[in-house]
Amino acid sequence: MKSIVLSLSGLLIAGSLACPSLVSTAKAAAPAVPPQVAMINDSVEQVWRDFSIRPAAEADDATWCRRVYLDVIGRIPSFEELSEFMGDRDSNKRANLVDRLLNDDRYTEEYANHWSTVWTNLLIGRSGGTDRRDLTNRTGMQKYLRDSFAGNKTYDQLAYELVTAEGSTMPGNANFNGAVNFLVDKVNAEKGTLATSSVSRIFLGQQVQCTQCHNHPFNQWKQQKFWEFNAFFRQTRALRRFVDGTRDIESAELVSQDFAGEANDPEDALVFYELRNGLQKVAYPVFTDGTEIEKSGFVEDVNRREELGRLMLQSEYLDKMIVNRMWSMFLGYGFTRPIDDLGPHNPSSHPELLENLGKEFRANSYDLKKLITWITLSRPYQLASTLSTSNEIDDPTIGESPKFSRFYLRQMSAEQLYASMVTASNAQSKGSYEQQEAERRRWLSQFVVAFGNDEGTETTTFNGSIPQALMLFNGDLTKNAISLEAGSFLDQLSQSGRSPKDRVTRLFLSGLARRPTKNEVSIASKLLVARKGNEPEMLQDMWWAILNSNEFIMQH
Amino acid sequence: MDLSTPNGMTRRHFMSHLAGSSAAASAAWTLGGNIAAQADEMRRNRKSAILLWMGGGPATIDIWDLKPGAPTGGPFRPISTTGNAQICEHMPMVAQQMKHLSVVRSMSTREADHSRGSYYMHTGYVPNPNIEHPSYGSVIAHELIEQRPELEIPPFVSVGGAGAGPGFLGMAWSPFSVTSNGRVRNLKMNLDDQRLLQRMAALNMIETGFAKRTRDTPAAEHAKVLGKTLDLMTSEQMEAFRVEKEPDEVKERYGTDNFGQGCLLARRLVEAGVPFIEVDLGGWDMHNNIHATLKDTKLPNLDRAMSALVEDLAQRELLQDTVVMWMGEFGRTPRINANAGRDHFARAWSCVVGGAGIKGGLAVGETNSDGTAVETEPFSSEDLMTTVCKGLGISTETTFTSNNGRPMKIAGGGKLIRELVA
Repeated sequence: MKSIVLSLSGLLIAGSLACPSLVSTAKAAAPAVPPQVAMINDSVEQVWRDFSIRPAAEADDATWCRRVYLDVIGRIPSFEELSEFMGDRDSNKRANLVDRLLNDDRYTEEYANHWSTVWTNLLIGRSGGTDRRDLTNRTGMQKYLRDSFAGNKTYDQLAYELVTAEGSTMPGNANFNGAVNFLVDKVNAEKGTLATSSVSRIFLGQQVQCTQCHNHPFNQWKQQKFWEFNAFFRQTRALRRFVDGTRDIESAELVSQDFAGEANDPEDALVFYELRNGLQKVAYPVFTDGTEIEKSGFVEDVNRREELGRLMLQSEYLDKMIVNRMWSMFLGYGFTRPIDDLGPHNPSSHPELLENLGKEFRANSYDLKKLITWITLSRPYQLASTLSTSNEIDDPTIGESPKFSRFYLRQMSAEQLYASMVTASNAQSKGSYEQQEAERRRWLSQFVVAFGNDEGTETTTFNGSIPQALMLFNGDLTKNAISLEAGSFLDQLSQSGRSPKDRVTRLFLSGLARRPTKNEVSIASKLLVARKGNEPEMLQDMWWAILNSNEFIMQH
Repeated sequence: MDLSTPNGMTRRHFMSHLAGSSAAASAAWTLGGNIAAQADEMRRNRKSAILLWMGGGPATIDIWDLKPGAPTGGPFRPISTTGNAQICEHMPMVAQQMKHLSVVRSMSTREADHSRGSYYMHTGYVPNPNIEHPSYGSVIAHELIEQRPELEIPPFVSVGGAGAGPGFLGMAWSPFSVTSNGRVRNLKMNLDDQRLLQRMAALNMIETGFAKRTRDTPAAEHAKVLGKTLDLMTSEQMEAFRVEKEPDEVKERYGTDNFGQGCLLARRLVEAGVPFIEVDLGGWDMHNNIHATLKDTKLPNLDRAMSALVEDLAQRELLQDTVVMWMGEFGRTPRINANAGRDHFARAWSCVVGGAGIKGGLAVGETNSDGTAVETEPFSSEDLMTTVCKGLGISTETTFTSNNGRPMKIAGGGKLIRELVA
């Protein structure tokens, strides 16, 4: 069977490799560039000059449109949305689109859903709150984040709330505060070491988990600092409430309680930790920059998490971390690898840019929508994803530091793929928001593998390997997407346009934001013959092929 | 996602393979051997490896290297085995199989963080942001695949987990992750073959065009995965995954939990010719109440499944060609903490290995009287895996070239644990 495929496909590609007739690029007549965008461009271009790199050409409008929809609201544009953008003759059309996706009411919900998904995965993992023994309420976490992004809560406010939250995990409870779901499963066990490592890594880019037990050999963190940071979380407890008559968790409440310290003196609430040689040492709450707070464990005297939140907001690492994170989400790589390990031991590829962008973000009140605007309008974000001889050294996959002289190919996240499949083919099942959300979660959970340790480490098998290919070949989502039932996407499509070729073109624009090549048109007509003139079946085969292609599942 | 390219074997390695096979062929002819006998011989020489991965870091001081009487020793008693080593009393069935397995008691590593330790024990390298190292599973599958041109199942199957990826070897060497019941999702298309092929042809056209335009490598990698996926959908070898076909008494002997069924699946996959199988048993991160948890749940579970697997492999004469490994990312502190648990500890701990060319029944290396330090020659992840390669007949001189051009010796260029190989 395999050999047949090879010969068949060999035959089909043997013909001329016609130049893909891409959607024409409407050249913008130099619109006004915000100073932050100019600053990004200057920094990135300087590195190109330093390395004698010529960047890739600018991406065409349709490709760029698909890209920005995926990055800003988490899905590809529909055919109509793409057409709207392509028909726009305004020289500022790219900036206008970014503005529309960020600020138009049409997109508020999707924007909030997308970023709440990203942050839920970041804060509690893909499997957090999915086991009935978890204290975390995943729905509560998402609700808090959705509300925050929908209202464009500033980033400093968001970080502060997540670190200092008190209240109940579950929506509907009187003292519900969804933000508590970040820490609720991280404070009780093992003296809150997980809360320590998560907060420092996610918000400050400080990897401290190794220093819990010993001085880190490579960075500036020492074991003492880990336990000093840890001391901020020792007034915090998660209280659990069970479903009547069972051991199932109904909800949990995150509270601050007086902490007597390990020497049982609340006036002087110290913690102990053990050196590798077995000696015990003492630690009090001290922030990463050396700032100490009061030693009392009485909440009335000093609320340690509130102090931590306050100190975090003063730290430049807060700025650098979020800027690095957002940059990596839009460009595929951050300025450091990994993105959440910052410090002199791990030099960044564009140190000045990282620093300045952080300062700008702070100066602009931590407005995430502004940061998104600067990044998406910057020159590196406009580039095509083509590798050529003039920029071949710019290859982060072989360990080179990224120069951003082309748009790096990357696979969509599982969530982006789900939303894109739904958009592209109206494949969303019927039912309430909750039912649809439950179905989406079931679908996503098939790719998550959780490891057997208390840190809740997990990985995803949504990585281009065989299980993913099987899912896209044969899974229910694909079946829905290529359905020919009355009212389905393909059914509606087959009644539109003027000719089969017209309809095939719409398929390619819907899925790949480009027109079909000559070869692709020709294979469509061969399929039409093979289907004995049944055009809906031909469209079904083509749509199946498009949805399964690398070009569909990649951000490019 | 992984965007790396495989650069494969060095010329020398390739040449040695070639020389080896042609020599074997000509010897068979001159000695009057026939093709069928040669095929039998090849099948007999098909090597495999099974890694039993204990995620979370098992307390090897309570399992393989007990310290009775020491303040750090814990409550468990040692018992005699069919080998030279004594092990924990809560592993009585494995004790009966220890003539096949050896304990390496002088493992000493540096990574006591879960993800770093897991990466290191799976690859032989410490994490480095600039390079993705291939896991041992991908490397060994890559090296042994030539022994079984007929294999249609992916050569590296991970049951219940996916500890580490293929790194720079590329997506085609990814672990194929399945659940312990062997169920593979979405296997059937329910479409006639001809139409499926026509769809594949259209897909191939789009793939090729994209690869040409971007001139980047992921598209080519993706095409390989699509080919393998198609193989899988049409392969009769997928029968190997149907653990439910085993008789009930066999299923019960392994244990009907995930790990038990995973070990049974591993045996079936070895029989089907899969070169590398990883079976995961998580939940060893016991900072609290460790001894009750070990005695009541973890050890009985491990004992049942591991002993049944080794016994079955031996009875079917598969153990002589199959390496069985048992390890986690590190051990646990000899000191029992205030919560009656043990914490992360990588400086002195144990792994277990046996089968194929590796001697069983031994205890290699020693820790001091309270288990806090290694007293004999310390061994590393690289050393253990070099020994495993030797046992599998893979040249320990094999070198790969990473995609940033660095040469990398197989198993990180570790040293042989001499006591374990002939």
